[in-house]
Amino acid sequence: MQFENFAALWEMQGHGPYVWGAYAIAVVVMIAVVWAPLARQRRFISEQRQAAQRRHQRQQQPIA
Amino acid sequence: MWTFFHKLGSPRWFYGISGRWLPWLLLGTLVFLVGGCIWGLLFTPPDFRQGNSFRIIYIHVPASMIAMAGYILMAIAGAISLIWRMKLAEVAMKCAAPIGAALTFLALVTGSIWGKPTWGTWWVWDARITSVLVLFFLYLGVIALYEAFENKQAATKACAVLCLVGVVNIPIIYWSVEWWYSLHQPATLKLMGKSSIDPSMKYPLMMTILGMYCFYALALFLHMRAEILERERTTQWVRELTGAGAGEKKHAV
Repeated sequence: MQFENFAALWEMQGHGPYVWGAYAIAVVVMIAVVWAPLARQRRFISEQRQAAQRRHQRQQQPIA
Repeated sequence: MWTFFHKLGSPRWFYGISGRWLPWLLLGTLVFLVGGCIWGLLFTPPDFRQGNSFRIIYIHVPASMIAMAGYILMAIAGAISLIWRMKLAEVAMKCAAPIGAALTFLALVTGSIWGKPTWGTWWVWDARITSVLVLFFLYLGVIALYEAFENKQAATKACAVLCLVGVVNIPIIYWSVEWWYSLHQPATLKLMGKSSIDPSMKYPLMMTILGMYCFYALALFLHMRAEILERERTTQWVRELTGAGAGEKKHAV
């Protein structure tokens, strides 16, 4: 370990805000890149299911 | 060989095989990217000239490299979709654009943050930085162009052409630090020949590059799978997968 304690790791001799800021942005961007298609897929599947249910209900109704 | 080619072009086959790859890619990302970053952040000595700010390298370099590699992949997919009209290539090209844009954005932002303590400025209109900004705009251009067309076949064709034309930017980015006098440091990591980077910094960097490739593949697969489901919504296998076909089959009999 290059740093003696957590405070030194956080500070990084004055470079802490730059280094940790860069890593924080990286984490946010990368999670967003992976999360977006997962959310899209989940939404799509639930939409398809609902549409099928509506079709199903319509078929159940007796023809007037 | 041709059966393999046709199989590769089948969205259903890709959906199945990519699903099996996902856990391994996630594992690769976690081990190499997270592991490499922890190694680089905590256990490598500071740079003798740049101090601790150099630790940004472990996301900046992988993000920049894969942003460029991703563009080449997108252009190859574009070429395949133009020549053979392969469905999967169209999907790959469309899905590579937002991921590439995100990684290029990351490269620019982390580079800018690195530039402040190192060069004393957030931004310079330097050959390397400007050409990467052009790469970012190319990615955004592909996304915007695709959305601009109502007819998605025409959109795919136009995007493929834009992707191919934009490839000219890749060698410009790559050699920009050598062709022009640049504030940006030249490459320290070389595949052939001797790297000028210290081994203690090199190994975690190579780990994070490998990890970023895993991450890219993971993200691309996830985007492609979501896209494939929507495109193939009317096919039997997607209806069964989403559970949309189950209710109807009973009544169809």
